[in-house]
Amino acid sequence: MKAGWEVVIGLETHAQLTTASKIFSGAATTFGAEPNTQASAVDIALPGTLPVLNKGAVERAIRFGLAVGGTIAPRCIFARKNYFYPDLPKGYQISQYEQPVVAGGTLAFLLDGEEKVVHLTRAHLEEDAGKLLHDAVPGTSGVDLNRAGTPLLEIVTEPDMRSSAEAVAYAKALHSLVRWIGICDGNMQEGSFRCDANVSVRKVGDPKLGTRCEIKNVNSFRFLEKAIEFEIRRQIEVIEDGGKIVQETRLYDADRDETRSMRSKEDAQDYRYFPDPDLLPLAIGADWIAEIESNLPPLPAERKRHYVEHYKLGAAEASFLTSSREMAEFFEESVSATLRTLEADVRFVDTRETGVARAVCNWLVGAMSAKLNETALTIDQSPVRPMAIAGLIHRVFDQTLSSRTAKDVFEVLWGPQGDPPTGGRVINVSVHEHANATDAVDAIVEMRGLKQISDSGAVEAAVDQVMAANPKLVEDFRSGKEKAFNALVGQVMKATQGKANPAQVNAILRAKLG
Amino acid sequence: MHRDTLKALSAQLAARKVSSVELTTHFLDRIERAQPVLNAFITVDREKSLVQARAADARIAKGDVAPLTGIPVAHKDLFCAKGWRTTSGSKILSNFVSPYDAHVIEQFDRAGAVILGKANMDEFAMGSSCENSAYGCVRNPWDTNAVPGGSSGGSAAAVAARIAPAATATDTGGSIRQPASFTGVSGLRPTYGRVSRFGMVAFASSLDQAGCIAKSAEDLAMLLDVMASYDPRDSTCLDHPKDDYVGGLARGVKGLRIGLPKEYFTKDVARDVTDPILAAVEEYKKLGATVVDVSLPNQGLSVPVYYVLAPAEASSNLSRFDGVRYGHRAEKYTDLMDLYKKSRAEGFGPEVKRRIMIGTYVLSHGYYDAYYLQAQKIRRLIARDFTEAFAKCDVIMGPAAPTVAYDIGSKVTDPVQMYLDDLYTIPINLAGLPGMSIPCGFGNKGRPVGLQIVGNYFDEARMLAVAHAFQQATDWHQREPKGAA
Repeated sequence: MKAGWEVVIGLETHAQLTTASKIFSGAATTFGAEPNTQASAVDIALPGTLPVLNKGAVERAIRFGLAVGGTIAPRCIFARKNYFYPDLPKGYQISQYEQPVVAGGTLAFLLDGEEKVVHLTRAHLEEDAGKLLHDAVPGTSGVDLNRAGTPLLEIVTEPDMRSSAEAVAYAKALHSLVRWIGICDGNMQEGSFRCDANVSVRKVGDPKLGTRCEIKNVNSFRFLEKAIEFEIRRQIEVIEDGGKIVQETRLYDADRDETRSMRSKEDAQDYRYFPDPDLLPLAIGADWIAEIESNLPPLPAERKRHYVEHYKLGAAEASFLTSSREMAEFFEESVSATLRTLEADVRFVDTRETGVARAVCNWLVGAMSAKLNETALTIDQSPVRPMAIAGLIHRVFDQTLSSRTAKDVFEVLWGPQGDPPTGGRVINVSVHEHANATDAVDAIVEMRGLKQISDSGAVEAAVDQVMAANPKLVEDFRSGKEKAFNALVGQVMKATQGKANPAQVNAILRAKLG
Repeated sequence: MHRDTLKALSAQLAARKVSSVELTTHFLDRIERAQPVLNAFITVDREKSLVQARAADARIAKGDVAPLTGIPVAHKDLFCAKGWRTTSGSKILSNFVSPYDAHVIEQFDRAGAVILGKANMDEFAMGSSCENSAYGCVRNPWDTNAVPGGSSGGSAAAVAARIAPAATATDTGGSIRQPASFTGVSGLRPTYGRVSRFGMVAFASSLDQAGCIAKSAEDLAMLLDVMASYDPRDSTCLDHPKDDYVGGLARGVKGLRIGLPKEYFTKDVARDVTDPILAAVEEYKKLGATVVDVSLPNQGLSVPVYYVLAPAEASSNLSRFDGVRYGHRAEKYTDLMDLYKKSRAEGFGPEVKRRIMIGTYVLSHGYYDAYYLQAQKIRRLIARDFTEAFAKCDVIMGPAAPTVAYDIGSKVTDPVQMYLDDLYTIPINLAGLPGMSIPCGFGNKGRPVGLQIVGNYFDEARMLAVAHAFQQATDWHQREPKGAA
């Protein structure tokens, strides 16, 4: 951001709800079906057809409202938003205008270690439109109404965000939340989760909001960031050149990395909203809300607090572990699996939960997330399951494995993705074939000869060998260069292929160096 | 046969004195003769009707007989019937063959009734004279120079001319009661939500109500028994228990309190209409009813309120007729906007366009509060008037229309004057109440006069009994026009 300028961002997100059928008809909502095979008489708006509200869509909206601490309207109404377009079969979209199902609420997230809170204005239910296929039918445009009537929750924020990074962090937190509570699959490629960003700039200290532009339908976090960045630069340039920002709707072109004007305020439609007379006002009873609340999974914020307070993890770590419900569940399963395997071992009867949680967290933040990034898999697709994590931790705790060799075992457990990790030999190890968490790990340790060398004689021999081969380092250390010590440790570890117990190496080396 | 009541026809069919094929053929022949004069139908399909009649005969042969099995019924052309052209009186739907049945059609089908044809109507049910049909105006069987009333004019004319034993109809502002009054037949608009709107081409959703037209209250009771049922496909259809409409007819009117609103008997109502109505009230007194004065102070506002709300809803409901998916599409157009404009300009008639314009205006930004919102508030006041009146009486009586049927063409140039004629029916629709019109005499030029009976919510059984008592004591409902078919 150019100095002296401030950006103000508000986001409108359309989250497609996970109902099996549409919001006002019984037609299916499956993505990718043949055009117009999932459109009923209601969806194509045959004369005489009427909407019937899908209770599941309302339930998901309430779920969301509860998760963000918003107010659930005891009575909400559906309105018609009237405009003509070929993908809008009724000539109006059923949406909510006055009295939306959810009002208010907040979403908190970490940005560079700092907690940010974004206030939500509202979340309302509406139906999606169909889509036009400009290339499917030669010489004319086709209309596919499969998507028409798909339930959406439109989540609108206050203009609370002050940078593209903050907007993206909010969008990611929201994405994680809607998936966490199971109301949206979050599939951005399929358009299940798409954002419109309202962006304006002003001079720092100016209390008045600048004229905003709305960037429509951005369907990836990266594009959201780039689109906002472009828009900020554009707006500042226009103003600095003595121009004025025109309120308008803009489209982001990812190929050119720019936003383009779509329509200005002057051609803004008059939507002629009015309550839909085909749908009665919806009364939402306190008992229904209570029932939904009782079925709500523990929320990420709650989990995060638990991880920090109970497991003594850092805020950033807790945020990472609660970035998805699957991640949190994997973490918790791994912790309990580790505790179970350690409990069975007389040597670890008093192992603290905090130590185990820390170890699991390190695995997930470290090796696991590196692997997931590399393979573009999600945690629930990881071939290394919580049982295996427990086995690895057990064997590190009992010093069978060093942290280095444990990572090698992890690689083998992950399996033959690309090149086999070592020796060209594929070892097929399924944790499920083994009764105990440690069995699979032990099998690999055995096969690869990765057992940590804790025999003091063997370590001593290795230390002697390294000292003899590196007189310069020994001398450096003796003349006061502490760094040389670490280099010597490294040499010993290398000589033992990482199998030596590092604590032991340290002790023996210290003793020998005098 | 065409003079028989539904009950009589049903008995003849059950006793196999006549077959449904014979009965249907008889009425189809009468329609054929009357059609050039009355133009009461938009679509008649002899073969389709006879297929159903044969099926009904097969059902009767097996002893599976419901009260309407084998009886041919005309349907207003805004009820979607599978395989039948459903035009709603509009050119824009001239080629629309419905792929599905309206709830009402399903109910008649289940009862074994036969679709006799699709009755003519004002385009999209907009009108009170049946001069607004894209398929030509309907004539009144009593005097072919007169309008039959609208918008269910085809249904009313068909029953009056005895070319259909019964017909379905709809009532948004009086479209059942006013044509029933103009053609001397009995018409019932049930409580809003009593009959499903599913499959009814929408005009103004919060006011539209399916009902029926027949020769007598007894026939209406049989029809309502078939039509009234809960349908989860219409969110505004109420799951309210059905009464025994036929069985309750004989309960009489002893002790009945008739409310006469002073607003219904002003100088705005022609003497030739008021006189037969007051005579009918006298008849009720003889039968044991008492009369109380009631007032509906806000009813004078009902016409302006209606002509804000109904067009507002219509402008939105009619957006789907855009030439994109079905219905009329202009042959030549330059771009998308041109396709919309030309298809709609060619497809809609002037009254429909007028109301779309009014509706678009009153919903527009800056006018919504002044018109639509204000009208909604007054609508509540009008409904409250009735609640207060019904605290004092059981039914309200008055005229269904301020005049008898007028001459074709006499009011077409003054739509506002025509709108004002609905003053006595519209408040009932705004309140969502049930209303009826039954013949009670003749006025100017020997044209029929209808007595309007308004009941409380879901009080159709009582209203039918009240109408039945009158028809047991008088024979107005048996009078029929000469030589229409």
